[in-house]
Amino acid sequence: MKTLEIKNIHAKIGNKEILKGLDLDLEPGKIHAIMGPNGAGKSTLSKTIVGHYDVEVTEGDILYKGKSILDMEPEERALEGIFLSFQHPVEIPGVNNAYFLRTALNAKRRHEGKEELNAAEFLREMKKHLEMLGMKADMISRSLNEGFSGGEKKRNEILQMLILQPEVIILDEIDSGLDIDALRAVSEGINMMKDGKRSFLVITHYSRILDYIKPDYIHVLKEGRIIKTAGPELVAHLEEHGYDSIVEEA
Amino acid sequence: MAQEEINKAVSGEYTLGFEIDIETEVVPPGLNEGTIRFISQKKEEPEWMLDLRLKALKKWQKMTEPHWGHLEYEPIDYQSISYFAAPKKGPESLDEVDPKILEAYKKLGIPLEEQKQLAGIAVDAVVDSVSVKTTYSEELQKHGVIFCSISDAIRDYPELIKKYMYSVVPMTDNFFATLNSAVFTDGTFVYIPKGVRCPMELSTYFRINALNTGQFERTLIVADEGSYVSYNEGCSAPTRDENQLHAAVVELIAMKDAEIKYSTIQNWYPGDENGKGGIYNFVTKRGICEGENAKISWTQVETGSAITWKYPSCILKGDNSVGEFYSVAVTTLAQQADTGTKMIHLGKNTSSTIISKGISAMKGQNTYRGLVKIGANATGARNYSECDSLLIGDQCGAHTFPYLESKETQGQVEHEATTSKISDDQLFYLRQRGINEEDAVSMIVHGFCKEVFSQLPMEYAVEAKALLELTLEGSVG
Repeated sequence: MKTLEIKNIHAKIGNKEILKGLDLDLEPGKIHAIMGPNGAGKSTLSKTIVGHYDVEVTEGDILYKGKSILDMEPEERALEGIFLSFQHPVEIPGVNNAYFLRTALNAKRRHEGKEELNAAEFLREMKKHLEMLGMKADMISRSLNEGFSGGEKKRNEILQMLILQPEVIILDEIDSGLDIDALRAVSEGINMMKDGKRSFLVITHYSRILDYIKPDYIHVLKEGRIIKTAGPELVAHLEEHGYDSIVEEA
Repeated sequence: MAQEEINKAVSGEYTLGFEIDIETEVVPPGLNEGTIRFISQKKEEPEWMLDLRLKALKKWQKMTEPHWGHLEYEPIDYQSISYFAAPKKGPESLDEVDPKILEAYKKLGIPLEEQKQLAGIAVDAVVDSVSVKTTYSEELQKHGVIFCSISDAIRDYPELIKKYMYSVVPMTDNFFATLNSAVFTDGTFVYIPKGVRCPMELSTYFRINALNTGQFERTLIVADEGSYVSYNEGCSAPTRDENQLHAAVVELIAMKDAEIKYSTIQNWYPGDENGKGGIYNFVTKRGICEGENAKISWTQVETGSAITWKYPSCILKGDNSVGEFYSVAVTTLAQQADTGTKMIHLGKNTSSTIISKGISAMKGQNTYRGLVKIGANATGARNYSECDSLLIGDQCGAHTFPYLESKETQGQVEHEATTSKISDDQLFYLRQRGINEEDAVSMIVHGFCKEVFSQLPMEYAVEAKALLELTLEGSVG
């Protein structure tokens, strides 16, 4: 079974229709990369999947493990295993990062009928991830994303992914603003999550992240629709000839 | 996101609105010389106190109610209020306190049985116009600390009262303070002798219970040289359709090297969402750092009252003295708050810090009003002010009126102000991580208040957080 099936989705933000009949299936264990020019609807696609309030779906359906999620609240979708790494993670002053992470993890554990973790258990769990991501220990005692550099914010997104162990992972421009060390650390975190079951949706307009995370499929998104799906060899073609060279498949 | 959902999330029910079913003696409504004589006689006061009260009444009768606050309310009819109400049974010891009062205090989370109390907190419990019980007084006396009701203090320590009462807030300071000077009923008196660090947290819990009465308490705290005390007050009232008036006066005096930490958790009944009922809270609080290196710190968490008019202030007279004001004011439903502080720098190298956090939701109106005044001799004075407002929804309002008067050009004054809305992006971020909307709102609000909550003694910080949650709580659909 497909992990996620996006069927003929039409979605608008305000009065503007951005997604115009988009179809896309995510397969278990596969990495799907979405590439496309600015304004094609890449971020709207990720917002639509997680149920952002800016987006109004006017037609079509999204099935997760065979069930429609369009009527589910954002937190329900999250608890069921859909995770979005934000392009611009927000800062929340005064909210301790570790407290936030533990609250999120325990919400998930409750949802799954598991016991909640106490602070000590949680910190042990977290420590190994911090080291792997090259994050300083004080990052988790600071306010959530407040004053974090671009790289620190993205590492913090990946930390949340590692802790929450989601099943559908959407990475919206995870590589933007990252230096080479951060890019490596973030990619390593993502590659650790590959287990043959999870599906990844990597939204990017650079190919450089794809040197670190090997995609199984490349989908070209243009004017609100997927106009081409191919294997990783398409990346080189796009680099050379640009998006305009792609003509929609019949 | 639907505004209704947010409204639901920020209109938590007032859970302390029950009434204590006890027999109460209430003086008929009205205010005249006879009322004052009645109160004074009930309290078995000495003649000098009655004279002071009568003097205040005469002054008050010539004064007019101030209306410069950013507040709207129906005129108060001072003749329709009853100025004295007391539970009929006057207890001599805890065994004699009406069990219904003990029960009520238990409901409020304040057990008066000393052995069951949180270790290290002494409580003065005030119902309407009288103190019903002061715990740990004897234990404190061993350290020379006086902790008793102000009525007892007037009888037992007249010299201290004559010396310090009205010394910080003069009898006729303002309309409401003058009214209080005439009719004040009960409150707390604290004296910490030289060099003594008060061995426990002191607290007073005020409860308005009787119908149609006002509460007019007066608190006086004197910390002698090199002493330290941490004092906390809490308050609540039944849910009623009528407005009830609360006009208190608090005076703090910190001598050389002394420190007073004064914390308030104000949870008077706020009225309903249409502005019906609720307490009118007009309070004058002021402290003086009399000697060098003295320190006064006000921390307040204001979640209740229909109207709040309150400016806990510091007069920094001693050189190197320090004043602090940390405030969280929440206005939801139809509540209005006009609150802030005054920092009056007179001594050299005095410093003050103001951290004010206003949270407005539903139709709440929140105003910060603050004055920093630097006198001609206050060389090296420093102030740091930070006033942040958080808006939840779009029917509420936040207003900031900072005033600065400086006669000393060398002083250093910094002011920062921000107004932010709980952003949809912040809420969405938390919800995308599986945290439900209600918990997400409360997480953002707690984060916003963190600097202030960290100033409260631990037990009270826990209470303040829980109270904030309750105030902003509801069933999100």
